[in-house]
Amino acid sequence: MNADAVPGLVAVLAVTVTTIAIGTWGLRFSRTTSDFFVASRTVNPRLNASAIGGEYLSAASFLGVAGLLLVGGAEMLWYPVGWTAGYLVLLVLVAAPLRRSGAYTLPDFAEARLGSTVVRSACSLLVVGVGWLYLLPQFQGAGLTLESAIGAPRWVGPLIVGVVVLVNVMSGGMRSITFVQAFQYWLKLTALLVPAMVLLVVWLDDGRPGSPSGSDGAWSVPVAGEGAIGLYTTYSLIIALFLGTMGLPHVVVRFYTNPDGRAARRTTLVVLGLLGLFYVWPPVFAALGRVYGRELVAEGHADVLVLELPRLMMSGLGGELLTGLVTAGAFAAFLSTASGLAIAVSGVITQDVTSRFVGERGPTASVAAAFRLAAVIAVSVPVLVALLSTNIGVARSVALAFAVAASTFCPLLMLGIWWRRLTDAGALAGLAAGGLGAGGAAVLNLVGVEGSGWGAALLAQPAAWSMPLAFATMVLVSLATPSRAPSHARRFLVRLHTPEVLEQAG
Amino acid sequence: MSDQRPQRVRVTGPPRYSSGPRNRLGDVHEQTPLGDVFLRSLLKEQLALAFRVLVLIALTLGLLPLVFHLWPDLGDVRVAGIPVAWVVLGGLVYPFLLLVGWRYVRSVERNERDFADLVEGPDPGQSS
Repeated sequence: MNADAVPGLVAVLAVTVTTIAIGTWGLRFSRTTSDFFVASRTVNPRLNASAIGGEYLSAASFLGVAGLLLVGGAEMLWYPVGWTAGYLVLLVLVAAPLRRSGAYTLPDFAEARLGSTVVRSACSLLVVGVGWLYLLPQFQGAGLTLESAIGAPRWVGPLIVGVVVLVNVMSGGMRSITFVQAFQYWLKLTALLVPAMVLLVVWLDDGRPGSPSGSDGAWSVPVAGEGAIGLYTTYSLIIALFLGTMGLPHVVVRFYTNPDGRAARRTTLVVLGLLGLFYVWPPVFAALGRVYGRELVAEGHADVLVLELPRLMMSGLGGELLTGLVTAGAFAAFLSTASGLAIAVSGVITQDVTSRFVGERGPTASVAAAFRLAAVIAVSVPVLVALLSTNIGVARSVALAFAVAASTFCPLLMLGIWWRRLTDAGALAGLAAGGLGAGGAAVLNLVGVEGSGWGAALLAQPAAWSMPLAFATMVLVSLATPSRAPSHARRFLVRLHTPEVLEQAG
Repeated sequence: MSDQRPQRVRVTGPPRYSSGPRNRLGDVHEQTPLGDVFLRSLLKEQLALAFRVLVLIALTLGLLPLVFHLWPDLGDVRVAGIPVAWVVLGGLVYPFLLLVGWRYVRSVERNERDFADLVEGPDPGQSS
């Protein structure tokens, strides 16, 4: 280990210690089962929005986007735009009704809406699948970061992140995680904003050099490649990102911690602002990387652009300090997103699997025990996969998780909330069609299957065909099985859409 | 600010008397035809509002790839030295999304207030 490793090491240690400290401090407020799962539903919109932002801005946002922009140019701007716009779609279609439904997880929603335990199980399976698909790149990214920052072997990152997440989730549950994640949003924003500004000043001092490669060409056209395939790929990505957000398990769980539907909407609005504030900075890194970081692209290390750029542009103490700061931000990104996903996946595993072993509906102690057991399962599986599998790129693999969510939970939520004739058979058929379609494509991607031409495009970006397929299947099968429509559907929709003013008055 | 600020006085209109049932929430919860009409109208209105937002997004952000596909020369257009795609998708889009979201929340809460007024009937005690 050399002197280069010191700032990164200090940063990683500081973030780890602070995270555990805040988590432990939050533990003092975590007394009941309700605290454990939903922070007793008393989190105010601003704190909750910071926590959502902290949880949502993953390694893909902090490291991946800048690297993708550097290599791919303007077409990659759709990633941050889609991740933000997804919240707008969530706001207008899902936020308030989902909170009012009283569902803690997506399987809860499916069961309450359709009264079917089979649909519930299918949803649980999908939550765990999407969650693991999303956790995997977080752990892989952690390995990458520690390798770049302190020269540690690849397996160290996943292990450290896995253990810290597990400690936090197991000790405090949702209440303490809320504080941790709110803190991590602001840490991530600072860790991106301050270096970006300093580096911009350095660039100005340098006499505002342009890119050595000259013309912009494809770098400033927000479409993936030439021709119809490029257009398809771009639109498919847009569909996956815009519609997938509402189906991410860790996002849905957060909504239940709002006091009511109105607060859920306000929280979402604040999240929109916080995400926008964050996402204007990765393009700055990419633009500077185009001037100073060409060798990173040549070596295929664009993923670590954010971590390397300070040293490439500044020598001495300044560069070291900024390196420490961005390393801290990156590490916070892994911890917070992984914690959120671990909570969501553990919640589902607790309800559907481990509580049966520990004793269902038991006293608080045994529910917490079931939750802890579930957390171990939720974290250790993706850590193991991350240790064993090869890296396919942080943002790419996150995009696949979005495609699966957009093709399964998005139609389920939209039809479940707005269409009273949805039946359990329809939901199940739609989930199967979308899940097998997008999920199958994701698995093929993970194991490294590549085609050429249209085949490759349809496989790499499945959302544009799998999402409509899932929707159509859900609607058509529901229409074919009208007798299976649950008798309480109407009453349930009333609850979803009745404003809180009336609930209090009535 | 002086501390002689006059105390806030609540101004209310003359009591209005309604002829119908005072609270029609029961109609919405019980599955009466009248409650059905209420719910349908609220659902339709909220859905139409959501739809308007989605169409707006589709017609602005959604058309960008097509526009750049049809006129790739736009890639060379620069605003203040920055390619136009980066200005729009890297910066302007975020305040735009926030503005759309903010206006949506305002409208949807107005819809809900209207619905509440309709369901509760004219009731001076509940007006906000």
